[in-house]
Amino acid sequence: MKPKTAPETALWWLGLAIASYCLLPWYWIDLSNGLNVTGWPVGASGSALARGIAGSKPWLLTLLLPLGLAALALMRRGQREHRGALLALAGALGLALLLAQGFLIGLKGWNAAWAASLFGGNPTQDGLGFGGFLTLFCFLLLLCEGLAMRGFCRGDAFIVSAIGVIVTTIIIFVFFPVTRVLSQAVWGPEGWIFGTFITKITDRSIWGLDCLTSTLNCGVAWNTVFLGIFVGVMCTLLGLAFALIATRTRFPFKRALTLFSVLPIITPPFVIGLALILIFGRSGVVSNLLYEWFSIPRSRWIYGFTGISIAQILAFTPISFMMLIGVVQGIAPSLEEASQTLRASRWTTFRTITFPLLRPGLANAFLVGFIESLADFGNPLVLGGNFEVLSTKIFFAVVGSAVDESRAAILAMVLLGFTLLAFWAQQAWIGKKVYTTVVGKGDAGLPSPLPRPIAWLCGLVTIPWVIFSLALYALILVGGFVKALGRDYTPTLQHLTTAFKINLDGGPIFTGSAWDSLFATLEVALLSAPLTAAIGLMTAYLLSRQSFAGKRSFEFGTMLSFAIPGTVIGVSYILAFNVPPFELTGTGLILVICFMFRNMPVGVRAGLATLSQIDKSLDEASLTLGAGSATTLRRVILPLLRPAILASLVYSFVRAMTSVSAVIFLVSAKYNMATTYIVGRVEAGEFGIAIAYSAMLIVFMLAVILFIQLAVGERRLGRRALSTPMPTS
Amino acid sequence: MTRNLTLSALGGLFVGTAVLAFPSMAQAQGQLTVYCSVQEEWCRPMVEAFEKDTGIKVSMTRKSSGETYAQIKAEASNPKGDVWWGGTGDPHMQAAEEGLTEEYKSPNMANLQDWAVKQWSQTKGRTIGIYSGALGFAYNTKLIASKGIPEPKCWADLLDPKLKDEVQVADPNSSGTSYTMLATLVQLMGEDKAFDYMKKLHKNINQYTKSGAAPAKATSLGETTVGIAFLHDHVTMIVEGAPMKAVAPCEGTGYEIGSMSIIKGAKNLENAKKWYDWALTPKAQAMAAAARSYQVPSNKDTPIPPQSPKMADIKLIDFDFAKYGSSAERKRLLAKWDAEVKNQPK
Repeated sequence: MKPKTAPETALWWLGLAIASYCLLPWYWIDLSNGLNVTGWPVGASGSALARGIAGSKPWLLTLLLPLGLAALALMRRGQREHRGALLALAGALGLALLLAQGFLIGLKGWNAAWAASLFGGNPTQDGLGFGGFLTLFCFLLLLCEGLAMRGFCRGDAFIVSAIGVIVTTIIIFVFFPVTRVLSQAVWGPEGWIFGTFITKITDRSIWGLDCLTSTLNCGVAWNTVFLGIFVGVMCTLLGLAFALIATRTRFPFKRALTLFSVLPIITPPFVIGLALILIFGRSGVVSNLLYEWFSIPRSRWIYGFTGISIAQILAFTPISFMMLIGVVQGIAPSLEEASQTLRASRWTTFRTITFPLLRPGLANAFLVGFIESLADFGNPLVLGGNFEVLSTKIFFAVVGSAVDESRAAILAMVLLGFTLLAFWAQQAWIGKKVYTTVVGKGDAGLPSPLPRPIAWLCGLVTIPWVIFSLALYALILVGGFVKALGRDYTPTLQHLTTAFKINLDGGPIFTGSAWDSLFATLEVALLSAPLTAAIGLMTAYLLSRQSFAGKRSFEFGTMLSFAIPGTVIGVSYILAFNVPPFELTGTGLILVICFMFRNMPVGVRAGLATLSQIDKSLDEASLTLGAGSATTLRRVILPLLRPAILASLVYSFVRAMTSVSAVIFLVSAKYNMATTYIVGRVEAGEFGIAIAYSAMLIVFMLAVILFIQLAVGERRLGRRALSTPMPTS
Repeated sequence: MTRNLTLSALGGLFVGTAVLAFPSMAQAQGQLTVYCSVQEEWCRPMVEAFEKDTGIKVSMTRKSSGETYAQIKAEASNPKGDVWWGGTGDPHMQAAEEGLTEEYKSPNMANLQDWAVKQWSQTKGRTIGIYSGALGFAYNTKLIASKGIPEPKCWADLLDPKLKDEVQVADPNSSGTSYTMLATLVQLMGEDKAFDYMKKLHKNINQYTKSGAAPAKATSLGETTVGIAFLHDHVTMIVEGAPMKAVAPCEGTGYEIGSMSIIKGAKNLENAKKWYDWALTPKAQAMAAAARSYQVPSNKDTPIPPQSPKMADIKLIDFDFAKYGSSAERKRLLAKWDAEVKNQPK
C-alpha cells in the first residue's frame, strides 16, 4: 500500500509561496486603524520582491534562489527521488535563508557583531507580516513534500507535512522561548556564571531536609514534589471513583454528577482558595461554629499543605475524571463477560481485567494531576501560608522585591526536571503492553457492574465530595451579592452593576468596567480552543499511529510548555517575541499562541489514552479500502475520539478563560484578560467584584461547555446500554 | 484531494488567526501607552480625564509594580510602553538604576513636596514622587478586646508574648511593603538591634504573606489580630467598615513614595511628557481620594483627603532611598533576613 504523492499539492504550495513573496506585505503592518496599504508595493506595506528590487531591503532577493530551485524540481522530468531531493533542498534553503535574515537583521541594524563586520552597512527591518509568515509556511511544506517524494513515511505527504508543521511550531513557540529564558541560569549580563549557578542550584532553600528532623520547613523542591504526588494520586483516585459511578452503576443522578464535577475547573483561580478561607479560616463559618458549640479553638490549619492540597484536588479532579471516563467507557465488556463466564467473581474480574486495562488512563490522569499541581500558582498564593512551592518562588524571583532572573531560571529547571522524571516514570509503568479494546467487531457484551465494595467505596468518597463542593459554590455565589463576604452579609447588587453595567438609552452601551476584558477573553478563548484541540489531537494521532525518528523527544517537547510555570512562559514569550522576526507582543495573537501551546498537552494526553484503546486494524481496513490517511483520520478515528475531543476542547477553552500567571505579562490595553482584572480586584481587597465577576464567568463557561458537548456529540460504541433489557429478537 | 483541502484549511486557519489578531501597537500620532500600577478604579478615571483634557488616545494596562518592572525589563530592546505611572517607588528606582527609564524635568516640579523632588534628584531625574504613604500596623479591635491585650502603639508592643502567632506581615523577598519595613527598622534602630527585634517578632508572626497588602485584608477578616502594611491600605479596609484601628508606631516609621517614570525608548515621547506634566497637577492628583486611595499627594496644592493618615501626627524617619533602594544593599539585607530571621525555629 503506497499512497501516491500528489505533486499538484507541491505545485499549489509553490504557487502560494510565489504569490505571497511577490504580492503580500512582507512585514507586519498595523491594522488597528483599518487596512492601510499606502505605499504598496514599495512602501512599508510592500511585498518582498518589490522592496528587494527597490533597493531598501536587498537581502530579500536571495529568496528567489530557493523559489527557483523548487520550480525547477517540480517542472523538470526525471527520477522521483532526485526531484524530491531537489525540492527538499529548496524548502530547507528557503527556511534557512528566511530565518537567518530574520535573526541577524533587527529593528536597529545587525544583531551580531560578526555579521556587521562581514557585510557592513546598517540594514533594519520589522517583524514578519502576512507575506513573510505565509512564505515561511510554504517553504516548510515544500520541504515536507520533497521528503515525502523521497519516500519518508511511506511517501505519505499528508503525514510528513503534519509532522513538519507541528515540529516547527513547537520549536518556534516552545523550545525557542524556553531556551531563551532558561539560558539566563548560566548566562548573565557579565557572561558565563557557572559558579553562581552551582551555588544557587544546590542551595539549602531548595533541597534542605530540615522538616524531617526539626520544626523548620523543608526545601521548596521537596515541598513541591510531595504536594504534586499527593494531589496527583488523590485526583486520579477521585476521578476514577467518579468515572466508575458515572458509567458502571445505577446511580440516579449521573448527569448532574457529570455536570457538577465540571464546576471546579471553570472556577477562576483564587476563588476556591478564598472560599476555603471563608469556611475553614480562623474566622470562617465552620471554625466559628466549632468554636461556639464545642469550644474547639480556632486555628490556621487551612494555611499550608492541607489547604493547598484540598484546593488543588477540588480543582484538578474534574480533569482526571474527564480523561478517565473515556477510558472506562472504552473497555470492551466482552472481556469482562468472558472473565465472568470463566467463573471469576466480580472482584477478580475488576482486579485482573478492568483495572489493568485502566492503567494508561490512570497513568495519564496522574501525570496531568501531578504537573498541574506543580504549575499551579493561584492556590499556593492564597493558601500557602509558610509552605512554599516552586511556582510561587519563581513568580517572586521575577516580580518580587529581589528580582533575580538566574534564580528564576534555575528554579524553573528544577521544576522541569521533576516533570521529566514523572514523564519517564509514567512511561515505565505503562510499559509496552497492549490496551486495545475498541476493535472493528461490534462488542455485544454488557459492562460488568462494579463489585459491591468498590461501588460503595466510590459512593462514599464522591457524595461527601459533591456536598462539600456544593457548599463551597453556594458561598461563592452568595459572595458576589453581599456587601463584604465574611464581614457584612447585607444583600446588594452593587458589585455586579459596577462590573457589568449596561446603559440602555440609545442602544445598549456596555459601560461596566469588566465588559472589555470579558469580550477580549471570550474572543481569545473561543479562537484558541479549537486550534488547541486540533493540534493536540493531531499530535496524539502522529505519536500513536506513525513511527518516525525522534518520536520520544517529540513527545516530550509537547509536554514541555505545560510543565514550565506560567510566569516563566510569560516572560519567555516577551523575551522571544518582542523583536523581529516574530514580533507579536501587544497583539491578541500572542495570547492565542500561548494558550495553544500551553494547553495542547491535555489534548495530546487525552488523545493518546483514547487512541491506545482503538485497534489499529480499524485504520488499516480503511487504508486498504483505498482511503488516504487524511480520510481515515476524519472518517474513522475522529468519531471514535469524541471523548478526547470534548475533553481537550473544554479544557483549552476553560484554561484560556481562567489562567493567570502566563498571561499577566502578555495582556495589553486592547487584550486585557478577565483573570488579570480579577487578580487586580483581589489585590485591591475587593473580593465582592472579583467574586461577582467569577460567578458571571462560571455562567458563561457553563453555557459554552454545554454547547461544545452538544456539538461534538457522544461516541457510539457497539455496546448495549446497562439498563435496557435484553432484546428478544 | 481531501488531504489538499485539509492542508489548505490548516494554512487558512493560520492566516485567519493572523488577520483576526490585529496589533494594537500605539505608533500613530496622538496616542500614548500607560502602564498603570495602582488599582484599576484609580487608573481608569485618570486615563479618561487625560483623554478629555488633551485629546490624546490612551491605551492603559494595569499591572502591579513588580510585574510592570519585570515587563519593562523584558521589553527593553523594543519598548512597548511610554509612561509608567504609580506603584511603589522601589521598582521605579531599580528601573532608574538600570537605565530602563528616561530623564525628564517637568515644568510643574516647582510645587512639589520635598520628598518627591528628593527622589527625582537621587535618581538623576529618572523618576518622580506622585504620592506617599507611611508604614504602620493595624489591629482588629474585636479580637484585641476579646483577648484582653492592651492596644499596641509602638513597634516594641508587637513583641508582647500574648500576641504569639497573632502578627502578620509580608515576606520582604516578595513584597516591597515588607522590604520597606525591613529598611525602616534598620534605619530606626541600627542594623544589629533591628535584626534582634525581627528575630523576636518572628515568634509572634503567624504567616509571612506574599502580597504586601494581604495583612490588612487578613486583619479586617479577623484572620490575624495585627497586620503590618501601609497605613492607607488599612484605611481602605476601615472605610469599608472593618473593625480595625490603624496605628503609626510611636518610635517613628518609614514610608513609600509612589512614583512615575518615562520609559526609555518610548515611541510617543512627547505625549508621555504631556502625561507626566499633567499627572503632577493638583487636578489630576485629586482623583485619588475619589478612587478610595488615601495616600498623601506630592503636589502641595492638592487637597489631602480627610480620611488620609495625618502625616503631621506621624513621626517619619529620614528614609534613605538612595542607599536602601540600591540592589547591592537590598540583596545583602534580604540574604541576612533569610538566614537570621525566616529560617529560624519559632
